[in-house]
Amino acid sequence: MKSIETKQEYLDYVDKKSPNSPILRNCFNAFWVGGLICSIGQLIFDFCQYKGLDDTMSSTVVSIILIGIAALLTALNIFNKIGKFAGAGSLVPITGFANSIVSPAIEYKSEGYVMGVGGKMFTVAGPVLVFGISTSVIVGIITLFFI
Amino acid sequence: MRKLGNQTILLENPPYILETSSIVGPKEAQGPLAKYFDQCLEDEFWGEKTWEKAESKIIKENVNAVIAKSGIPSTEIDYCFAGDLLNQCISSSFGLREINIPFFGIFGACSTFVEGMCLGSIFVDSGAAKNVLCATSSHFCSAEKQFRFPLELGNQRPQSSQWTVTGSGAAILSNTNLGKNCPQITYVTPGKIVDMGVKDGNNMGAAMAPAALDTLITHFKDTGRKPSYYDAIITGDLGYIGKEILQEMAETKGYNIKSNYDDCGVLMFDKDAQDTHAGGSGCACIGTVFSGYFYRQLKERKINRILLMATGALMNSTSSQQGESIPGIAHAVAIENITNK
Repeated sequence: MKSIETKQEYLDYVDKKSPNSPILRNCFNAFWVGGLICSIGQLIFDFCQYKGLDDTMSSTVVSIILIGIAALLTALNIFNKIGKFAGAGSLVPITGFANSIVSPAIEYKSEGYVMGVGGKMFTVAGPVLVFGISTSVIVGIITLFFI
Repeated sequence: MRKLGNQTILLENPPYILETSSIVGPKEAQGPLAKYFDQCLEDEFWGEKTWEKAESKIIKENVNAVIAKSGIPSTEIDYCFAGDLLNQCISSSFGLREINIPFFGIFGACSTFVEGMCLGSIFVDSGAAKNVLCATSSHFCSAEKQFRFPLELGNQRPQSSQWTVTGSGAAILSNTNLGKNCPQITYVTPGKIVDMGVKDGNNMGAAMAPAALDTLITHFKDTGRKPSYYDAIITGDLGYIGKEILQEMAETKGYNIKSNYDDCGVLMFDKDAQDTHAGGSGCACIGTVFSGYFYRQLKERKINRILLMATGALMNSTSSQQGESIPGIAHAVAIENITNK
């Protein structure tokens, strides 16, 4: 190996030295766990329809149940283990959103209910809300005026 | 005491490391070095309500333990040098607020333990103090909370990330060995800040390795020693990636350290069984591994000369978010058995 002198040479060298995440395995696990979560959602949806609820009501029930389960598993210290295994598979569905709100709420409870739980609850989910809501407003305006 | 070369200090009345003590958390207690630590905790809270209080308790109890082991009453300890990773070093200052010893709070990120030993040994050598206490702590949970994400968040850690060691290391430096067989600090090489542009907070080993290389080479140049002089050259928490980088880069500069070099972050955990990715990190990494393992090896004369070099990444979560690169630092002390067997 030749001697490294510049920052760029060093950064290239570090890139070569640093191991990559096991992408194929991560993708596979994300695929089947994400698929499983969505299938559970679909099962709940179908059950709601079977019980006579309309589409909107059924979707709401699915969201409530999945969020409830994810929040409970977060509190039981189980969801982070699923997340470590499945990555985006458990992060992208609504379960990940629930986890990203409940986990800081638990972590910052030590700073009190107002500044801790209240103030820090959205530290992880905050950007998702800001950009998600902003995007929906823009899409709404476009739909209203141009379509 | 006099300065040698660019930045090394030769201690002419080399202080004795009279005693050390270590406390580690439950994960470290499952690692390969578990039997060497003085105390292994069963849970991360240790009966406290918050991670921060738990960390303060760890350093407090460890300091009490090292004072008790040393046989020196706390009233005869002149100064204390301590620091940790939490904002404004609250673990140390809160943990040691009742100890009643003049206190220097120091921050060198994960290099704090050796930074304290550097300063403490200069105090002892100069005669400003007879006995000095050096202590540090880190806690996986409080560090994750401050630097990364909540523990319960279901995310994946990159392969290059390291695992902050929960625990505390403490040492008492003294101008007397009380008739005991104690290793001494002979040289101090404080490090420069070195930043090679690494921005990835999940690859600390790579960010700190150039600083370690700088201090290592400077130490050899200043003292005229060769790597083979030491039975062991030990870095703090470069982990698997940083260790390999330091080894390879040292070789390109003409210093072969392959046979006697190791890293506390590599030694602390069983990488495969404990899922710690690139190895251990944190102030307590070198603090506990030195206090628990290497100090014993020195006392039992299994090794006699060690270059102990703690590495630190001088960043915080704001600097990372603002896209700054990570400045690294490394402080070294040479510790040797120089009294007759």
